[in-house]
Amino acid sequence: MGNLLQVNGLTKKFGGVTAVNDVSFHVGEGEIVAVIGPNGAGKTTLFNMISSYIQPTDGEVLFKGKKISGRKIFDLAHLGISRTFQNLQIFSNMTVLENVMMGTSVNIKTNVFSAGFRLPTVKRDEEYAYKAAYEVLTMMEMSDLLHEQAGQLSYGLQKKLEFARAIVYKPQLIMLDEPMAGLNDAETNTMAGYISDLKEKGHSFLFVEHKMATIMQLADRIVVLDFGTKIAEGTPDEIQKNEKVISAYLGEEAI
Amino acid sequence: MEKVETILYGRRWKSFLGFIALILILPLVVSSQYVFTLLILIGIYCIITIGLSLLIGYAGQISIGHAAFVGIGAYVSGVLTVKYSVSPWVAMGIGMVATFIIAYLIGMQVLKLKGHILALATIAINIIVYILLVGLSDYTGGAGGLVGIPNLSLLGLDLGNQVNFYFFVWSIVFVVILFSTNIIRSSVGRILRSIHDSEIGTETLGVNVTKFKVAIFALSAMYASLAGSLYAHYINFIAPPTFYISFSILLLVMVMVGGVHSIWGAIIGTASIMFLNEVIRFVGHTYFNINGEVEIVVYGLIIILVMIFIPKGLVGILDVRKISPVKSSIKKDVTIKKNVASEKGV
Ligand SMILES: Nc1ncnc2c1ncn2[C@@H]1O[C@H](COP(=O)(O)OP(=O)(O)OP(=O)(O)O)[C@@H](O)[C@H]1O
Ligand SMILES: [Mg+2]
Repeated sequence: MGNLLQVNGLTKKFGGVTAVNDVSFHVGEGEIVAVIGPNGAGKTTLFNMISSYIQPTDGEVLFKGKKISGRKIFDLAHLGISRTFQNLQIFSNMTVLENVMMGTSVNIKTNVFSAGFRLPTVKRDEEYAYKAAYEVLTMMEMSDLLHEQAGQLSYGLQKKLEFARAIVYKPQLIMLDEPMAGLNDAETNTMAGYISDLKEKGHSFLFVEHKMATIMQLADRIVVLDFGTKIAEGTPDEIQKNEKVISAYLGEEAI
Repeated sequence: MEKVETILYGRRWKSFLGFIALILILPLVVSSQYVFTLLILIGIYCIITIGLSLLIGYAGQISIGHAAFVGIGAYVSGVLTVKYSVSPWVAMGIGMVATFIIAYLIGMQVLKLKGHILALATIAINIIVYILLVGLSDYTGGAGGLVGIPNLSLLGLDLGNQVNFYFFVWSIVFVVILFSTNIIRSSVGRILRSIHDSEIGTETLGVNVTKFKVAIFALSAMYASLAGSLYAHYINFIAPPTFYISFSILLLVMVMVGGVHSIWGAIIGTASIMFLNEVIRFVGHTYFNINGEVEIVVYGLIIILVMIFIPKGLVGILDVRKISPVKSSIKKDVTIKKNVASEKGV
């Protein structure tokens, strides 16, 4: 009980390479779980399996006790899981406002015919999407950028935009693949602030990051991967003292 | 509160007014029957190309087989009215619904394919429909065609009359524009555009991308069917060759030349190619004494030139508003600098 996401023995083999090897962990309700590990450890592959982009070679993913591995990508958002990408997937030729409005698609019923005939439901959908997007963008201090083309924004702002799009429909579980990569210190702190604010409101997070200071400050629990295998799991304090973790990171700059 | 639609996309009544004005003025300046016929055909073809621009420019899917759907519409109308004395309006409706369903079923299979393969598959559809039109000769009249398709009449108004039919066709074009821009200026339009930028991003947000692609494919086929019915009732005679691949290609050229990313591009492209078509035919036949399909050679050339020199099509050159991305990007640079500055200032 209380387990929103349950990952059981996930394994992914790419030909001869085992990118993720028998990884199990869970994310509780209202919890922030971080996945860390050196480059190539299999973090993104793990994310991709959880969100159905690739199918696991072995193992399964449960969300609220129901199996979700094998489902279509677009089903996940409807279940209450949203995600961002390590390499941004924003809509560069659309405005900031439109991007974030797209994030409300789950709650929008408009189809080709209702749109063509301008049925009253369309107006309701549009107003809902606009209000939701405006609210989030205001919260994130981007309301002066509503009509800017997303592709023209700075990298930091694009990261914020993708985050806004992922949270706008208030999903229960938000998965972020390196949300702070490429951000300066101020931007990183702002992003961390949004995450902890949303946690207060009951959202859960699973995120991958390399910035240790931020991870230690945000995460309730940390899962450490190395060469696809989970080598440790625990609170930030436990992880910082863990021998295996320290040796896995040996050679990497200690942040 | 201001309408969300206006906040996002501005107003459209100016373009509408311009369009309506043009349609009203043209009959005053055009007296030649020949040009009138051309204007009517342009209207009919615009209905198809607007659908194609939704499909190509917005849904990002190619079709080199839309003549098939025009053919289905024309033949449903033709056969039902000639052989079964069904009311033309009912026949037209049946044609549209049937084409929508057929295209939907085809689309569910075919739109899984991408790029060249999809293009080939749509050509195949066109060929199959062509073969059926020729082969089902008991109903369609086979290669000899179907004659005696009645003119339309609306509430006692004879639409066999050129002027009446001109206004009728262009009113339908207007309705099609209205319907299509309603779609573009809604969440559906945003979904279609977002697919271009990141299909995976769109799916992640919970959108069944295939469903929307198929819906647009079927809608564009339904437009084509409507155009086919209008054509049949206007020309009163239909034969299979009209609905062969060469017509699909012609439609494609119109959309590409006009610019696939705008409904207005489809209209401009259709009109330009139709007039050009006449010029080529005239010049080719009178001065070079060429008979047969000179046009097709020129179309090939046009497509290549357009792709190289004006990838955004004529509408990209003509429409000032389309230049706005450039303008606003200058403005954007300023905002970004401001933002970076303020962030650094913190
Ligand atoms: N589609 C694929 N085909 C083959 N190998 C792959 C594929 N995707 C990932 N890999 C391999 O799997 C391993 C794990 O990659 P993954 O991207 O999951 O690492 P990561 O932990 O996210 O790394 P980073 O911190 O650099 O983002 C790597 O060795 C990578 O080369
Ligand atoms: Mg990664």
